[in-house]
Amino acid sequence: MRQFNFMGQRRLAYFISGVMLLISIGSLAVQQLNLGLDFTGGTLVEVRYDETPSLDGVRQSLENAGFRDVSVQTFGTSTEVLIRLQQAFDPEVGAEVVSLLRVEGAGVDLVRAEFVGAQVGEQLRDQSGLGLLLAFGMVMIYIAFRFQYKFAIGALLSQFHDMLIVLGVLSLFQLEFDLTVLAALLAVIGYSLNDTIVIYDRIRETIRKSRVEDMPTIINDAINQTLSRTLTTSISTLVVLVALLILGGDMLQNFSIALIVGVVVGTFSSVYVASALLLMLKLERKDLIPMRKDDAEAEGVDELP
Amino acid sequence: MLNRYPLWKYLLIVFVLTVGLIYSLPNLFPADPAVQISSARSETPISAQQREQIQSALSEAGIAIRATEVSDNAVLIRLEESDDQLVARELIATMLDDDYVVAINLAESTPAWLQSLAASPMTLGLDLRGGVHFLLEVDMDAAVEQRLEVNASAMRELLRGERIRYRSTDIDGQTITLTFLNAEDRNAARSRISRDFPDFEYSTRDAGRGASLVMTMSDQAVRELQDYAVNQNLTTLRNRVDELGVAEPMVQRQGPDQIVVELPGVQDTASAKRVVGATANLEFRLEARPDTPDVETEPFSFRNDESRTADLMRDVIITGDSVSNASRSFDENGRPQVNINLDGTGGTLMNRATRTNIGRNMAVLFIEHNTRTTTVIEDGEEIEIREPYVERGLISLATIQSALGNSFRITGLDSPTEAADLALLLRSGSLAAPIYFVQERTIGPSLGQENIDRGIMSVTVGLLLVVLFMLVRYKVFGLFANIALTINVILLIAAMSILGATLTMPGIAGIVLTVGMAIDANVLIFERIREEVRAGLSIQQALHAGYERAFTSILDANLTTLLVASVLFSIGSGPVKGFAITLSLGIMISMFTALVITRAMINLTHGGRPVKKLWI
Repeated sequence: MRQFNFMGQRRLAYFISGVMLLISIGSLAVQQLNLGLDFTGGTLVEVRYDETPSLDGVRQSLENAGFRDVSVQTFGTSTEVLIRLQQAFDPEVGAEVVSLLRVEGAGVDLVRAEFVGAQVGEQLRDQSGLGLLLAFGMVMIYIAFRFQYKFAIGALLSQFHDMLIVLGVLSLFQLEFDLTVLAALLAVIGYSLNDTIVIYDRIRETIRKSRVEDMPTIINDAINQTLSRTLTTSISTLVVLVALLILGGDMLQNFSIALIVGVVVGTFSSVYVASALLLMLKLERKDLIPMRKDDAEAEGVDELP
Repeated sequence: MLNRYPLWKYLLIVFVLTVGLIYSLPNLFPADPAVQISSARSETPISAQQREQIQSALSEAGIAIRATEVSDNAVLIRLEESDDQLVARELIATMLDDDYVVAINLAESTPAWLQSLAASPMTLGLDLRGGVHFLLEVDMDAAVEQRLEVNASAMRELLRGERIRYRSTDIDGQTITLTFLNAEDRNAARSRISRDFPDFEYSTRDAGRGASLVMTMSDQAVRELQDYAVNQNLTTLRNRVDELGVAEPMVQRQGPDQIVVELPGVQDTASAKRVVGATANLEFRLEARPDTPDVETEPFSFRNDESRTADLMRDVIITGDSVSNASRSFDENGRPQVNINLDGTGGTLMNRATRTNIGRNMAVLFIEHNTRTTTVIEDGEEIEIREPYVERGLISLATIQSALGNSFRITGLDSPTEAADLALLLRSGSLAAPIYFVQERTIGPSLGQENIDRGIMSVTVGLLLVVLFMLVRYKVFGLFANIALTINVILLIAAMSILGATLTMPGIAGIVLTVGMAIDANVLIFERIREEVRAGLSIQQALHAGYERAFTSILDANLTTLLVASVLFSIGSGPVKGFAITLSLGIMISMFTALVITRAMINLTHGGRPVKKLWI
């Protein structure tokens, strides 16, 4: 099988990473995230039709008029419609929506228009941020224990790298960040961590088995040996995501974009951030030698289910 | 021998599969539209005669009834058409009085034998199916009054500590009035209290024999308090309707003093309403001694026996707000009880109060804010008038045997349901201000039909593509992996159904994504087997080594992700918590299917046989 010299190209990769990080941080600092209705709240408009309207039609005409994040539902009966918009509340919005809907010739009356708050509270935001930090802390301890602390630093930094870039892309293109996208972001963490650990595992195995002292060669070997797996898993995940993106409609669009970026960046960072950082941190064979004992234990529990 | 499983492993797989099938099966039976009638207070259903009247009234109105079911405390009328639900509900509501709650419901149509195993389908989310929409109004006046009561209690405590004697406290609107015997005491009290309570505007009044200190809450403080009350109620309601984070409700503020709660699926709105709207709280107080001055005591009667009363101290040891955890259980005689754990401060207060009062009685006071709705005709128009009232009743009065600490139990509850409800309310925190229902409506799906169809299609296509990809890449082994994936999906659906999770569009996408990622374990194993074959191992050895060597990678990778998920679960709330649950389930199930089930298939087909070529 062909061997790629991944580590030989690492300076170029650092450069690419650096540029992506700079753009991401810059975009996040300048234009922040485009938070969706779930996080910002907006306006709720209740209208009453004379005859049952087409909900898709209502949604369409509001979106064409430039309203964002429109949700349209029947309310009690089929002629009453509840509309939620991501639009700061002002007393005019209700009348504006009604006159817009009247253009199509339908008999519509405004029942009420009111401000609605965010669907997620500050509690969720604060707790999730704290939770994520704590989770990363635990993961570092686990990796430091199972591998070595240099691996823990590499894994952590590559996680930050991936999250920043996904957030950066969302901010750069002003894609709406709602609860679904938040779930995607958490899934990216899961995916990228998984990918990193699989390569780390192979690096650890290669270091223990081979007599070669040259760290770049060892890491190259490990990455090449797992390359086929890395590509297969990435492709199968991407296949699902591309199907969701192309066919899935508005609801799944940003969800799949966030994940596609996450999977691509996550795969890249497992090689060029997580693994290349090991070189930067001067990983040596002796870092893993004291773990011989642990190795023996691990072999012992390797009894297959 | 290599690649042979002992019988028990096959039996385990069969067992897990059977359980998975049973609990995922109900998802194939859609729920019926229904109207449910339950009694608001007691646990007795409507009479058979009333039931017949309702049925005939419905048929007269041209509403087709599929079935009528009577259970312990409710009557469920299944309808043929979901369009009839609203009409039927209104019709029935006019026929019954306030003691009954008439609500729209989706009745399970799961076959009885599945129901007897407690199997039920996943609820479809607000985006796919819609649900019920409650509009609640926060009682701002009561919020202010409650705060003033707490402040007044703290002021009395302060005055007693400083040995300043007072005659009475009155609360009216935004004002607390403390009356003293003379102006001297009043002035001393004013300088002491104003240091601790900066939110008040102070003035004095001398009337008759006493001197009064009048403390009015500033408008600014009132506004802040109201804001706080609405936000606190939002948090509490979120916790109540979504303890695990998988119920996918929508709870948001609307306007200055209203809250919208939307629940998907509408399983039993009656009980949802009881839990959402309940403003029950507990207070723990000491019983008054015979020699306690009257101004410090308050009489209360028992909830289950109005004629029995007890005099309690005005001062509250702790309220339900100090409860950190509560659960229902049963005592030795099978009577329901609630086990309570207090937070640090609550535990200290409780310990301090009980330590010095062994032998005295301690009362548990149940407080509930309710509203009575009456319809009056004014100027020829029907107007609904809501009149809030507070019910306070003792649920237990027991002698303090020893100093209490952080955990204890309370008894004296009427029924197991009441104990369970009370435990949930105490866990999720009490409402900062009473709320009442202004509106209840069904609400249609928030996603248009077109979006739903597209979403379902994309998910199906995605799934098929993965299956195809695996077949092309790993041939026979790909088929094994695909079978394992199917089992993976079935088990995941079963697990989520058991948890009572709600299925939303992003949730469906998430399940499919899990599948795309779950094949990683199999990919790792298959690649390793290929490697070992290339390295010259015999086929049986390669199969064995492939699984064994890939195992460390799979374990490390999955344990790390599981670690993230469990931290997010324990700290996060709402949707983040729900996501963590789904993620952990996905990981554990995919490890089982990828390691155990594919291995079983390979062992069955390859183990102990002379295999010449691996179709991998």
